[in-house]
Amino acid sequence: MATVTFDKATRLYPGSTRPAVDQLELDVSDGEFLVLVGPSGCGKSTSLRMLAGLEEVNDGNIFIGERNVTDVPPKDRDIAMVFQNYALYPHMTVAENMGFALKIAGINKDERAARVLEAAKLLDLEPYLSRKPKALSGGQRQRVAMGRAIVRQPQVFLMDEPLSNLDAKLRVQTRTQIASLQRRLGVTTVYVTHDQTEALTMGDRIAVLKDGVLQQVGSPRDLYAKPNNVFVAGFIGSPAMNLLAADTVDGGIRFGTSTIPVQRDTLAAASGSQVTIGIRPEDIVMSSTQGDGLSVSVDLVEELGADGYLYGHSEIEGKRTDIVARVDGRSHPNAGETVYLTATPNHLHVFNSESGERLGGAVTD
Amino acid sequence: MSGSLNITSATADPALLDLPWHLPLDAWPNENIAALPKGISRHLVRFAHLSGRVVAIKETTSEMAKREYEMLRTLQGLEIPCVEPLAVITNRSDVDGEPLNSVLVTRHLKFSLPYRALYSQTLRPDTATRLVDALAALLVRVHMVGLFWGDVSLSNTLFRRDAGAFAAYLVDAETGQLYTGGLSNGQRENDLEIARVNIAGELMDLEAGGRVADELDPINVSNGIVAAYRLLWKELTGSESFSSNERWRITERVERLNDLGFDIEELTIKTDETGTTVRIQPKVVDAGHHQRRLLRLTGLDAEENQARRLLNDLDSYRASYGGEDADEEMLAHEWLVRVFEPVVRAIPRDLKGKLEPAEVFHQLLDHRWFMAQNQGHDVPLAEAVTSYVQDVLRHRRDEATVIDPPTGSLTMPIPVVSGTSGEPDPAADPTSDDEDWRLKV
Repeated sequence: MATVTFDKATRLYPGSTRPAVDQLELDVSDGEFLVLVGPSGCGKSTSLRMLAGLEEVNDGNIFIGERNVTDVPPKDRDIAMVFQNYALYPHMTVAENMGFALKIAGINKDERAARVLEAAKLLDLEPYLSRKPKALSGGQRQRVAMGRAIVRQPQVFLMDEPLSNLDAKLRVQTRTQIASLQRRLGVTTVYVTHDQTEALTMGDRIAVLKDGVLQQVGSPRDLYAKPNNVFVAGFIGSPAMNLLAADTVDGGIRFGTSTIPVQRDTLAAASGSQVTIGIRPEDIVMSSTQGDGLSVSVDLVEELGADGYLYGHSEIEGKRTDIVARVDGRSHPNAGETVYLTATPNHLHVFNSESGERLGGAVTD
Repeated sequence: MSGSLNITSATADPALLDLPWHLPLDAWPNENIAALPKGISRHLVRFAHLSGRVVAIKETTSEMAKREYEMLRTLQGLEIPCVEPLAVITNRSDVDGEPLNSVLVTRHLKFSLPYRALYSQTLRPDTATRLVDALAALLVRVHMVGLFWGDVSLSNTLFRRDAGAFAAYLVDAETGQLYTGGLSNGQRENDLEIARVNIAGELMDLEAGGRVADELDPINVSNGIVAAYRLLWKELTGSESFSSNERWRITERVERLNDLGFDIEELTIKTDETGTTVRIQPKVVDAGHHQRRLLRLTGLDAEENQARRLLNDLDSYRASYGGEDADEEMLAHEWLVRVFEPVVRAIPRDLKGKLEPAEVFHQLLDHRWFMAQNQGHDVPLAEAVTSYVQDVLRHRRDEATVIDPPTGSLTMPIPVVSGTSGEPDPAADPTSDDEDWRLKV
């Protein structure tokens, strides 16, 4: 087990002017499940490959535990890329399939047997150790392949979009399995995905990257409740947070015909009278008084059983702006209607309209 | 049914539509299936007949099938020896409308053999070493174009006989990733380590099945790829320095690379400020030095070592029959008509599927040499051909499309996710649960 540290690690591809990963500073605790997430081209896979030793580090350092591994070849880093493409060998038993790489590494027979047994217990494979792969179910075969990585007892597991080729249903099942196995093993894990739902459901902490720059790192709750900037606010959460241009007024922020109360120092931090506000769909409510709040024309209501999502648009400062709001699945307005919406004040997010940085939240922020 | 099938293909063979796409690949009827040996695969791969040819069909997700199709096309453009992608078929469904996996269709490489078909009883260390050497050469070429393979193994490679050695072809590009700026040392080292572990695993599996000679040590053979790769990589890309009065070393380097089968397209030569030291480094090298020369002179398309062998024979023909200023191309044509073609014509029709013509010619030259050794004098070509056909070629198996061992016994698909398919088959391994697994780990 070990910590992982990116110390201002930078990757600049030859011929490129902008680094693919720019001065990444990130500490992963011992045993932690850290997810690197971001849109394609954000530098998440490059960061993982830098940790694996597959990508040169042009500046800065990478540590596994206390050891600086920046210039250490991949095979000497004591890491395992899980879900690499392991095939099973038909004439070898489950035990041999799990343990043969240890034999190549020169580990003695007793040690090999001990490690294979330990991994088999974790993976519920103990009763099948002397079977051939043909006599296993699909799920058991998959676990044998995982066992190959586990018996090596690496300091860190690395996973690069391991679920990207599965259909939606299987993806949900497998991500639960991986997360629970990681917790049982307690091995530090760095996991790359482009899917923010995967990140939210699996990670102890999530690091969000954009254009090679770390935007924010924190627990799923932190990122959801207190995004550092407009990018994180819009990237984390589904459907995405509504991000709207708004004007500050005395004691709050104007939202249509109503005013949402905001802390005084948040307002003071705004550079002008313009801010960007963020409201998640579930924090928007139908106004009880007609004419009070933001006037929204309903384009579509997506019913999901108990809940539904209202997709509509409003004119804000002369620009058509799309709005998504969660509504009651059984009683909701219909497409074509105009409704008035207000925001629950204690979940409002306020950002600088130019830099996109968080200024603060609502009165309870 | 097949109404909504989506076929992407550069060649668009209409016969593709006739294959039973509404059935899962493992349920295809025998009339469609060609029994060919193959390596160990994560996905179900089967061979089928299509317009008188054999194609390999791999069931996988549509993203992976499309990605691999594009990757193989790119690699073909980069002149990497690999299988030819024919089509991607998506939107499959069975008769009840249930969706089926997408497939990638590739053309079976004629006269190619998977490593499991390259021995009759047991795999011998020298054969294993030649396979590993061929794979090392392929890996070097793949790395030189900037491809990180990600799953280097004997199973993901096909081999063609090449005048006593083997020529390796990349079969599985699923995990491949192209880097336009070239690979880092870490990426190359990682591929090499993957190769070493996979080869050892594959040989240990043959060992567990009693299919390797006693003296073959899987770990030793698999370590061989590291040495072979490093040697070739250094020769192809390394820089060397020497004093400026040793300029012959430039010519020597070029000749060494030619001997290895490579042409230098671009070489950087730098001198130091005093002009006393020269440093050279190949920048662009092209495989196929002998192949290209043979093709230019005779129009024959052969593997690299076969080409070298044929050219040797051609050169000695020229030395015997050509005068001082005989035209090389004229004599090459003469050699083709008087020597090579009569040999190919002498192979009876029913033996044509045994080996490729260039490989037959190579073996014939060896055979003729052995006959001469035994008899103590030169043997005329016609006599050697008759003896070779009757005593050697007739007793070989057909390798154009090898039929044994059958496909099914070697396929070991691992579904990517648990509990969806691949029911356990305890009957496949009835007594094993009582055995002590510790004896074998």
